[in-house]
Amino acid sequence: MSAIIEAYGLTKTFGEVRALDNLEFVAQSGRVTALLGPNGAGKTTFINAVATLLAPDSGELRVAGIDARTHPKQVRRIIGLAGQSASVEPAMTGRENLELVARLFGLDRRGAKLAAGDVLERLGLTEAQDRLVRTYSGGMRRRLDLGASLVGQPRLLLLDEPTTGLDPRSRMELWEAIRSLVADGTDVLLTTQYLEEADQLARDVVIIDHGHVIAAGTPDELKGKAGRDVIEVRPRTRAELPAIAELLQVVAAEPTRTDTDTKRVSAPVDGGAASLAIVVRMLDERGITVDDIGLRRPTLDEVFLTLTGQSIGSDSPADAA
Amino acid sequence: MTTTTSTTTTTSADTTGSATHDDGPSVAHHTLDHSNGASFLTTTIGTARRTILQFFRTPQLLVMGTVQGALFLFMFRYVFGGAISTGGAISYVDFLVPGFLVTTVLWTGMSAAAGVAEDATTGVYDRLRSLPIPRSAVMLGRALADTTLVSWGLLITGALGFALGFRTHASFGSIVMAIALMIICGFACTWVFIFLGLVSGSAQAAQGMSMLVIPFSFVSSANVPIQSMPGWMQPFAANQPITVMINATRSLMQGGTEAVGIDHSTGYWVALSLIWCAGIVAVFGTLCVSRFSRTK
Repeated sequence: MSAIIEAYGLTKTFGEVRALDNLEFVAQSGRVTALLGPNGAGKTTFINAVATLLAPDSGELRVAGIDARTHPKQVRRIIGLAGQSASVEPAMTGRENLELVARLFGLDRRGAKLAAGDVLERLGLTEAQDRLVRTYSGGMRRRLDLGASLVGQPRLLLLDEPTTGLDPRSRMELWEAIRSLVADGTDVLLTTQYLEEADQLARDVVIIDHGHVIAAGTPDELKGKAGRDVIEVRPRTRAELPAIAELLQVVAAEPTRTDTDTKRVSAPVDGGAASLAIVVRMLDERGITVDDIGLRRPTLDEVFLTLTGQSIGSDSPADAA
Repeated sequence: MTTTTSTTTTTSADTTGSATHDDGPSVAHHTLDHSNGASFLTTTIGTARRTILQFFRTPQLLVMGTVQGALFLFMFRYVFGGAISTGGAISYVDFLVPGFLVTTVLWTGMSAAAGVAEDATTGVYDRLRSLPIPRSAVMLGRALADTTLVSWGLLITGALGFALGFRTHASFGSIVMAIALMIICGFACTWVFIFLGLVSGSAQAAQGMSMLVIPFSFVSSANVPIQSMPGWMQPFAANQPITVMINATRSLMQGGTEAVGIDHSTGYWVALSLIWCAGIVAVFGTLCVSRFSRTK
């Protein structure tokens, strides 16, 4: 297993703001790595450093083993970048856009035509290929932009918040497109503030905040860091909440929590499914009817909350990068 | 090893160990042979084509530019024209149109600044800078595209001028030289607007900054003879580059400096214009390329 991106002690300041603060992490080749963090965490700054658009103040950054600070031109030959906004030209057709980028990557006219046709097909844009991008929907533009970043067949794809601002359906379509790429063996680094997106797409997730890594691992490993699995019970009537709380004490590893608003009692447990079975049996014995009962793992949002004491959705005031 | 964690020292150490022996270039061999990037020429043509298509396929840009020029020309010709004496032997419309053509170069440039700012802020330039292409070629492509659009503007405005009664009084060769000179001036001025677009930060700011077109356009010999301006204004008006370019163009089109009521010879004004153009390209071309190529 080889590393596609290695960052050691990476620091970058913009005036007073430390956008990258001793950032350290290694992304392995052959998989999707997600950089997860709130606004202003330094995600875009890091992507831009890898894309050789900006130079870190200090630290080491290697892309496929190439020192990005001393040999940026060589790095540019193996990367494809899709930034936060779709940067395709609205007054050109989808095909024209892709052919232009392919030509700039160094393909000849014929090669560019073939590569563009291939990418259009993979992204389901063949039918729209001869229409001006101006007439595309937001989701189609983002897909075309993704296509522009991969039409040169780069080794490493850099996607900066690829689905920000998309409706749920377009988001799913873009996820599908990204998944099919990975099946081809392209390495992907993507940034996102959506936990679900990291969960859906990435094999490895790196959580960053204030320019440094606060946790890294597979989504499952990270969820483990947020603490225990939780059993949640929603009774038919509110009157039964105290009885259920009392009953859950038996299996709970920490104090139970009762939320009268949503009519829910939750209890962190160590026993997982076995604890759930016990609870179900006890409810049955006492004849308590429930609307819903379940065992759930913590979400990545809870991971973030546990690690930083703030929710990932809340805007950081130092939103500089 | 399944995690990419950097929190454990072992991970970092492992990977550093394997990577430190590879010094940059030696490991770049996985690269596909086509990814050496486009040549200077391919990049220039490709990016220029994009800007030109953008203009001709965006009706708002195409129509607005033309209508604006037509309105101004119409107003000067008919509203102010009667009150202005040319100071030379030629009629006002023959005096006005050459000057108006040169200032068209400036007005067209304003939209170039906005376009560049737009590309800089919407990620287009980020993508281009992430590609294995010569960055200076992107700037040259932009300048050539804008020069093409300026030439288009000159064609439209010139045709309009003819319709409003403008006639030349010079040889065919002289007219061709005047047109060539205007295009060269357009190319030079374009670099100023590209620079404004690059430093402005947003399309609106770029539009605001390019308001500096107004003093250069109006405090010049474009619409009225310099002698009719107040004394304190004359030194700037007479010596600023747009006036020099207008004097050269007007003399070329209307049969010499005497006919248009200015000093020196036509050759003097043409040479001075070319020197200005060379200076502007040298300064702003360098500024644009270094600004676009710099790594923040």
